Amino acid sequence: MAEVEIKAENLVYAKPRLITDTVMHYCPGCSHGTVHKLIAEVIDEMGLEDKTIAVSPVGCSVLAYNYLDVDWIEAAHGRACAVATAAKRLHPEHMVFTYQGDGDLSAIGTAETIHAAARGENIVTIFINNAIYGMTGGQMSPTTLLGMKTATTPYGRDAKLNGFPYKVADMIAHLDGTTYITRQSVHTPANVRKCKKAIRKAFENALAGNGYSMVEVVATCNSGWKMSPVEANKWMEENLLPVYPLGDIKCTTLPK
Amino acid sequence: MAEKEVRLMKGNEVIAHAAVHCGCDGYFGYPITPQSEVMETLMELKPWETTGMVVLQAESEVSSINMVYGGAATGKKVMTSSSSPGVSLMSEGLSYLAAGQLPCLVVNCQRGGPGLGTIQPSQGDYFQACKGGGHGDYHLIVLAPASVQEMYDFVGLGFDLAFKYRTPAMLLADGAIGQMMEKVVFSEQKPRRTDEQVVEECGSWASCGKGKRKHKNVATSLFLQPDELEALNQKLQATYREIEAHEVRYEEYMCDDADYILVAFGSSARISLAAVDMAREQGIKLGLLRPITLYPFPYAPLKAMAERGVKGFISVELNAGQMVEDVRLAVEGKAPVKHFGAMGGMIFNPESVLEALKSNLIK
Repeated sequence: MAEVEIKAENLVYAKPRLITDTVMHYCPGCSHGTVHKLIAEVIDEMGLEDKTIAVSPVGCSVLAYNYLDVDWIEAAHGRACAVATAAKRLHPEHMVFTYQGDGDLSAIGTAETIHAAARGENIVTIFINNAIYGMTGGQMSPTTLLGMKTATTPYGRDAKLNGFPYKVADMIAHLDGTTYITRQSVHTPANVRKCKKAIRKAFENALAGNGYSMVEVVATCNSGWKMSPVEANKWMEENLLPVYPLGDIKCTTLPK
Repeated sequence: MAEKEVRLMKGNEVIAHAAVHCGCDGYFGYPITPQSEVMETLMELKPWETTGMVVLQAESEVSSINMVYGGAATGKKVMTSSSSPGVSLMSEGLSYLAAGQLPCLVVNCQRGGPGLGTIQPSQGDYFQACKGGGHGDYHLIVLAPASVQEMYDFVGLGFDLAFKYRTPAMLLADGAIGQMMEKVVFSEQKPRRTDEQVVEECGSWASCGKGKRKHKNVATSLFLQPDELEALNQKLQATYREIEAHEVRYEEYMCDDADYILVAFGSSARISLAAVDMAREQGIKLGLLRPITLYPFPYAPLKAMAERGVKGFISVELNAGQMVEDVRLAVEGKAPVKHFGAMGGMIFNPESVLEALKSNLIK
């Protein structure tokens, strides 16, 4: 196909400059690509390309470093907040953020996450919560809803058998070291815009030395949930959002 | 030249001083006996006010090794210290550090195991330190200090080797060396590298923010394509061959005319040294080979001794017999190789070492 030249006055949308040309491995309908785009835009708009250190998790976004054109450290499963803690303390002027899913952050990485938050590390965590392990084939995660069917809860999550889900963002909002905790989504254009504002606010918070910020993004995993992208959005609205409601949970400054 | 500062100190305390003096950028640790003095001393020294070194108490050894991973990935000179059970928890991180080709220093002040064990000294982590510990094909450069002075000196040496070969280094001490007090001569304060120097030295790989660099750096150990992972492994193995060719360090004591050789490291080597003196007084030609690097192991000098007619070797260790396997590999069956040890935090004396020599080798 011949290259199509688009005149500047006709250009209404383009791939963010900091998103690489690497073809993403994410499933069609997945929320990761949208959130990656927002982060790329925020980093570019804030002029942080040269001083960003990003930390990727283990899970579907393990390869995030292939898509966003900044320096990355790929952490062991769950350890991103410990990795980011050192990177930030050793490079206090830099923008350091972690990008983690609910398996990585709320299961195996609980300790690292809570303690980075409790210490008030000046880092941002982007927490993609789709209530399932995507990469390993759709198993139950700590945020899987009661009754939700996954590969390891084939008859639905049963509190007696599998325990209860928990709300990470609400929990860490109680910690003195956290100052900006918000829950967003990217399933509608309006939510995408709100989510971008939240990411920018979190980044500004970290750069200002105002402690730990988390932007939880309630997300879809249509492959893991075994739904079409459209059905997944609807299911998320009807089932996940009542348990994980959107909006700012905490917005404050560090205690004196 | 100004006179060097001489102090009387615990082995663990000098680790802290050495870290500051050699221009370390960050220490991340978790308390565990018998090495908690390392972090306590650093907190007392407050190096963040002098050299700018970061010191942080983590919530676990898992976290502290991953902080080391994060710091090392940005090109900084970072370290941790722990004791046996804590180092087990760090094994995951060490595998990632080795795979990521990230330089750092880990101090293991060994205590008795397995399990929670005891807080008394042991050398039971030789296998863990030298043969893996974490998963996959990797090695650490392993240095075995036998004195408080070596505790001090090997911190700087460990960092130098780690950065030279871009691989984690371990200082394998034990509770005795960590807790004993001895004279130590301090080196002069080396300045920490500036961020510009870090970029100059490590900019080709360190994820320290792109800065003026056009391409992104990624610290990762994930290579989903087997041919790519094989290429990484080949690179690592080539580095290990270089290390084996150039970095073997050991010390000989009265080995030239010896009929029998003790092989011992760390606190066992100190006891063995006294055993050699006692043997010589009794007319027994005994010598001591003390490996300073446990990886790379001094196979060649031991082999040469066996070939020149040494009648037998005893590997003297505070464990059930671990290094003895490497001594056997070195000697290649040319002479008998025995093990003498103590376990669970027990320590032998020179007399019992000498007795073991007599009953095992001198018939």
